[in-house]
Amino acid sequence: MTPQDTEYNFAYLDEQTKRMIRRALLKAVAIPGYQVPFASREMPMPYGWGTGGVQVTAATLTPEDTLKVIDQGADDTTNAVSIRKFFQKVAGISVTEKTAEATVIQTRHRIPERDLEAGQILVYQVPIPEPLRFLEPRETETRKMHALAEYGLMHVKLYEDIARHGHIATAYAYPVLVEGRFVMDPSPIPKFDNPKLSNSPALQLFGAGREQRIHAIPPFTRVVSLDFEDHPFERGGADADCAICAASGVYLDEVIVDDAGGRMFVCSDTDHCRERLEAGHRGPMGAPAEGEAA
Amino acid sequence: MYVAVKGGERAIDNAHAWLAEARRGDVSVPELSVPQIREQMTLAVNRVMAEGSLHDPDLAALAIKQARGDLIEAIFLIRAYRTTLPRFGASEPLDTGAMAVSRRVSATFKDAPGGQVLGPTFDYTHRLIDFSLAAEAQANPQAETAEAPPPPRTPHIAEFLDAEGLLQPEREDAGAGAPPDLTRQPLAFPATRALRLQALARADEGFTLSLAYSTQRGYGRNHPFVGELRVGVVAVEAEIPELGFAVEIGDIELTECETVNQFAGSKTEPPQFTRGYGLTLGHCERKAISMALVDRAMRWQELGEDFAGAPAQDEEFVLSHCDNIQATGFLEHIKLPHYVDFQAELELIRTLRREAAAGPDPVKEAAE
Amino acid sequence: MTAPLLSVEHVTRRYGPRIGCQDVSFELWPGEVMGIVGESGSGKSTLLSCISGQGDPDEGRVVYDARDLGPVDIREMSEPRRRMLMRTDWAFVHQNPRDGLRMTVSAGANVGERLMAVGARNYANIRAQATDWLGKVEIDEGRVDDRPAAFSGGMQQRLQIARNLVTGPRLVFMDEPTGGLDVSVQARLLDLIRGLVRELGLSAVIVTHDLAVVRLLADRLMVMKDGRRVETGLTDQVLDDPQHPYTQLLVSSVLQA
Repeated sequence: MTPQDTEYNFAYLDEQTKRMIRRALLKAVAIPGYQVPFASREMPMPYGWGTGGVQVTAATLTPEDTLKVIDQGADDTTNAVSIRKFFQKVAGISVTEKTAEATVIQTRHRIPERDLEAGQILVYQVPIPEPLRFLEPRETETRKMHALAEYGLMHVKLYEDIARHGHIATAYAYPVLVEGRFVMDPSPIPKFDNPKLSNSPALQLFGAGREQRIHAIPPFTRVVSLDFEDHPFERGGADADCAICAASGVYLDEVIVDDAGGRMFVCSDTDHCRERLEAGHRGPMGAPAEGEAA
Repeated sequence: MYVAVKGGERAIDNAHAWLAEARRGDVSVPELSVPQIREQMTLAVNRVMAEGSLHDPDLAALAIKQARGDLIEAIFLIRAYRTTLPRFGASEPLDTGAMAVSRRVSATFKDAPGGQVLGPTFDYTHRLIDFSLAAEAQANPQAETAEAPPPPRTPHIAEFLDAEGLLQPEREDAGAGAPPDLTRQPLAFPATRALRLQALARADEGFTLSLAYSTQRGYGRNHPFVGELRVGVVAVEAEIPELGFAVEIGDIELTECETVNQFAGSKTEPPQFTRGYGLTLGHCERKAISMALVDRAMRWQELGEDFAGAPAQDEEFVLSHCDNIQATGFLEHIKLPHYVDFQAELELIRTLRREAAAGPDPVKEAAE
Repeated sequence: MTAPLLSVEHVTRRYGPRIGCQDVSFELWPGEVMGIVGESGSGKSTLLSCISGQGDPDEGRVVYDARDLGPVDIREMSEPRRRMLMRTDWAFVHQNPRDGLRMTVSAGANVGERLMAVGARNYANIRAQATDWLGKVEIDEGRVDDRPAAFSGGMQQRLQIARNLVTGPRLVFMDEPTGGLDVSVQARLLDLIRGLVRELGLSAVIVTHDLAVVRLLADRLMVMKDGRRVETGLTDQVLDDPQHPYTQLLVSSVLQA
């Protein structure tokens, strides 16, 4: 544990604000997939850089928690580093890069590869929470569409994709139906991660700071990716194994390795990759794990 | 052998150090002091206070210094600081009629009780670069001071029209109760006028200006006259629960603009004038006038006017996009890594291209 | 004994001191086509918006004989029910097809939207029905993936009709359906509408200033002037033997033209 900077209340936000956010979180958990308006605060990082996730994390953290922060699946991306440092400074909590050790995981754009467990909380940073936004720009209209469960327009978009491309051409932020009622945007995770949204033992919380919305998927909730009977949802993903740890069936980043356009695929989830390396898995480019003799 | 890129933390520390160095600039040039910014960059300080919605000239000046003169960044610093402050209570409504005016002009009357007071304005200056300002030490400029003390009250121009019944009286939003607080409640639509004004008061000056300008050019035209523009210092009073009455807790400078706009009449009302209203912290008259025009444009529904499809009439459009801290954050966040989503797109495009190259048209196939 | 499908009772709508329409009543029976004619400003479009649930009358009410509920005041229905009614049992054909179509999605998606809105989830079926409907409104099936922006005005109007009729509505509102089209295109569209109305047994309310349109389509006719009904009757009767001086003027001016 790092000593907390005492200029600030625990986890930066004052207790009243945290209570307000917790009330919104409880409502969100009670109505899975429903977007609960909340009075998002100005945070010391810009909108669009995770203010929603940071507020949800702040309202969720207790001094005993262990926090992991990832961006693009990695703990070491700049914004993940910045948010992790922020909570070390203002909450003095323990941090980790190990998915298994974390009690709260804040993420941008990925769900960790390792199955989450009961008691863990996954906090998503959400840019645009409204799945209907790019079909209908008006908030008054989209709220009505949700209230009346009028989701025909969503399928118009999917129909159009198939008519034009032969496929549903949505690769990330792929819309889902939560517990048979609300259509929800799962934040810009690749659709590869969509199956992991459903029936997870962990609590999944979504915070959109600029748009002032919180939504949630409680543990063991049915989450279905929208599709047609004859064009079912496809998970996608690169047809390769991780060059470092030889993992297959995981989400891979494509890395350009030389000026000639040479490419390799590596795990997007850096912790998963490390864990596999430590367990002795090696891909063609696998370096010995840290701590092992180089 | 490939090793995944590490070192985000060191990169950030180094970037911050470089930022500090760049902020200071050439060290052979004396460093700016906060009082210098506060006193000599007053209008920048005022804008930061207005859009930061916090009245503290010293803090605003410091924020400008820290932000290297980037006013939106400075506003951001003020907002982030403001949100941590405890909320003790709300002041009594300000009495702008009792403003000690430093500037007060009306475009609708040649003269009016209280007089036209030009004040410190650029309005009638010739916009010629004054090279004498480049010289270091100058005589201290001094303007003449009126001999008579300023009147305790300067009546609002609107009151004169009001007395004649020509100006629509301002109504409270039906069932609105206490004005909502945008910084403590999520923005909800449809918005009350109080909420719209609150959002506009914090809104980006440039955005508000362009919207107001668009109404003048016919996109939601509302024929405004500047009934009155006043700048000056107003006392802030707050009721202290322990005392049971209101006491003065300080003075702040404000800019207030009331426009007088034509109105054709509605189902229930004869033709009369209506108002647009603008109010900002500090001296920000471009913003206050713009705000009044946009406020009036958004009132079309309440006044039974036509929705012309103009952006300035559309409260969802205006309120959702007027905050420069929200806007700049979301805009600039696209600098962050997005390679996971990009990877998903890359794979999709490759699949589609592969299928397109391989042969029978997938569209036709899907159709069958 | 059958009940009227739609009863319009004393509908009044004002715009300030100006009257939109005043005290208009009529009944529409199943399978019947009612024409409403009048010059611009006569209140016919205001009336149409009030009876189709798009605008609110200041006075009066509109009662619809819903399949499951029986006669019901449309303003007293809950919003979900009313919206469901409007996208399944009712149809509205706008004068300007752009107001009734989604211009940025394909013809197939335009027709398929109402099916998907009521739960259709099989792509091939939706597409087959859309294609079938394009055929019915005489649009080449090969254009199912084209956007309406690439269509002529007449085709856009026919597409709008297909989009509306795909869910098998019982009641169709049409606002100047042939307005803005060339005369030859108008004739073809009228023919098509007449065929569909007869074949599907639709009830319809058609607002137009064009007497040729009602002559061809309407069983009964209502003539409006200055927001009021001036004459009602069987179409041929009103057009061949107009009673009210305004109707006489209207009919004679057309004949001269």
